Amino acid sequence: MTTRVTLRRTLIACGTLMLALAAAIVIMSLLGSEQLPVRASLCAIFSAGTSPCGLSRDQYDILFQLRLPRILLAAAVGGSLATAGASYQALLRNPLAEPYLLGVSNGAAVGTMIALVFFGAFEWSRPVLAFAGALIATLAVYQLARGRAGATPDRLVLAGVIVTTFLSSVIVFVTTLMDATRIRSFTFWLLGDLSGSTGTLLPLVIAIAILGTLALTLNARSLNLLMLGERDAFDLGVEVGRVRILVFVIASLLVGSSVAASGSVGYVGLVVPHLVRLSLGSDNRISIPAAALGGALFVIVADTVARTVIAPRELPVGAITALIGAPLFIYLLKRV
Amino acid sequence: MLEARDVTIEYGERIAVADVSVTLAAGQITAIIGPNGAGKSTLLRALNGQLRRSSGVVLLDGEPIEKLSRRTISRRIAVVAQEAELRFPVTVLEFVLGGRFAWASNAGWGWETERDVRIAEEVLRETELADLSGRLMNELSGGERQRAVLARALATEAAHLLLDEPTANLDLSHQATLLSLVRGRCDKQQTAALVVTHDINLAAQFADHILLMKHGKVLDAGPPRAVLTPEMLRAVFDVTVLVDAHPVTSAPRVTPVHGRRS
Repeated sequence: MTTRVTLRRTLIACGTLMLALAAAIVIMSLLGSEQLPVRASLCAIFSAGTSPCGLSRDQYDILFQLRLPRILLAAAVGGSLATAGASYQALLRNPLAEPYLLGVSNGAAVGTMIALVFFGAFEWSRPVLAFAGALIATLAVYQLARGRAGATPDRLVLAGVIVTTFLSSVIVFVTTLMDATRIRSFTFWLLGDLSGSTGTLLPLVIAIAILGTLALTLNARSLNLLMLGERDAFDLGVEVGRVRILVFVIASLLVGSSVAASGSVGYVGLVVPHLVRLSLGSDNRISIPAAALGGALFVIVADTVARTVIAPRELPVGAITALIGAPLFIYLLKRV
Repeated sequence: MLEARDVTIEYGERIAVADVSVTLAAGQITAIIGPNGAGKSTLLRALNGQLRRSSGVVLLDGEPIEKLSRRTISRRIAVVAQEAELRFPVTVLEFVLGGRFAWASNAGWGWETERDVRIAEEVLRETELADLSGRLMNELSGGERQRAVLARALATEAAHLLLDEPTANLDLSHQATLLSLVRGRCDKQQTAALVVTHDINLAAQFADHILLMKHGKVLDAGPPRAVLTPEMLRAVFDVTVLVDAHPVTSAPRVTPVHGRRS
């Protein structure tokens, strides 16, 4: 009778996006400053790396040691940030809520930098402190934005600006503690950079992206009601406090792990959920998983542009996403 | 049955509701009337288990409300509040299906069952919104939106309806339509309704029982004819009124006599 989101529609949309994502992973792995033979590369990818299919040693390493890990990282980071953005937007009832703009990414960045400067020897300290930083920034923004009449969109954006600028100055302060050679790679990382070697972090980032998206999707119906207002949600049976804490913790985990691995890639959480809602509607049961897959796709493409457009030199992927995201933000700001 | 016994609620130093008892009986509409700041909405929120009481009990079907889970309460009590501003596009049907949340077998992810959709379609017909079910909420007029909010509350199948100024911002005909719908539910399904309102005449016409509140206290309670007297209304609102019988319904009709403050 009317357009209503059903399980069937969700599965079709997510299935299509999954196919597109798989295709993007394969195609983008063939693009880059080093030309790889298409047929041999495809053969090697579909054999899951067990057979080189005639690729030279160097070509094989470029494909499996550089490009595919980087593309998988891009997918995990994009999925994490888009999911976090979509759930912040539902929880805070604000289409402008986004990890980067709220200062959550900066919180995670401060955590990561503290880990690098003081606990450099322990790789695992980076995601842990990034998570802590993201969570603290989230709670700070939430408290600042909450007025007597609840959090208005303007107040939330302003609170995000304040937290972001405050944390930026902390970042500058921590940067001065570093030696000069590391500062340049650091500024690059801060803008969102997927080129850094992530090593053992990659499986962690992928696992958090998948599990976090699942956990938030399982609470999507509660988020649908929270999107209409906290009091309405409460009246209709949502345990508002529990869902709020859950979203804050999981979104902070998602943002923390992505920032620890790739710095602050901005605007993914704004652009992707917005496009998803435009095409599939506002029901979070479809828009959260679709945003995760769409975010993965978006960052893979953006990063391919970042590493090919002025090859052999590279741009930080955050520069590409901001180039697309900032105009959209202005457009949304005028409509809210 | 929903019952408040000797409920007191304090906001810091200020006592918002003082020692109030009220019982919502099946099939009846109870109206709470009183000036701004009388504690009407606070009492309604306490009946829903949302506000912490400093003393007194709220019993839902004989059980203290704090012992019940949020979902259990929401299956038995529905609230119609002034609508919050919507910032995301939601269709009327999706909005009304929100009323089925508390019945879902799986709290978060569950999908609406056939039965959920059927109930939503029924209440959409009941509230004359069936033709608009595919429209977006923010495309509706104020009266239609408020009917959708009521439809969502009815979709919960709750035996208790709490309405917080449901007719504010509605024009004359929509005010009566909305309360007629509530009256119909109470008569047909033995729903117990509580209406917080500023409109004394609407309350006089639709309510079985009226609670007059001022400064957090109940000054009087009873059937409209017994409660709505010039003396009592002057005590509550500090204004001189004329009370006569409505020529058609014979319910009490209250007219302020302007320029004659007591």
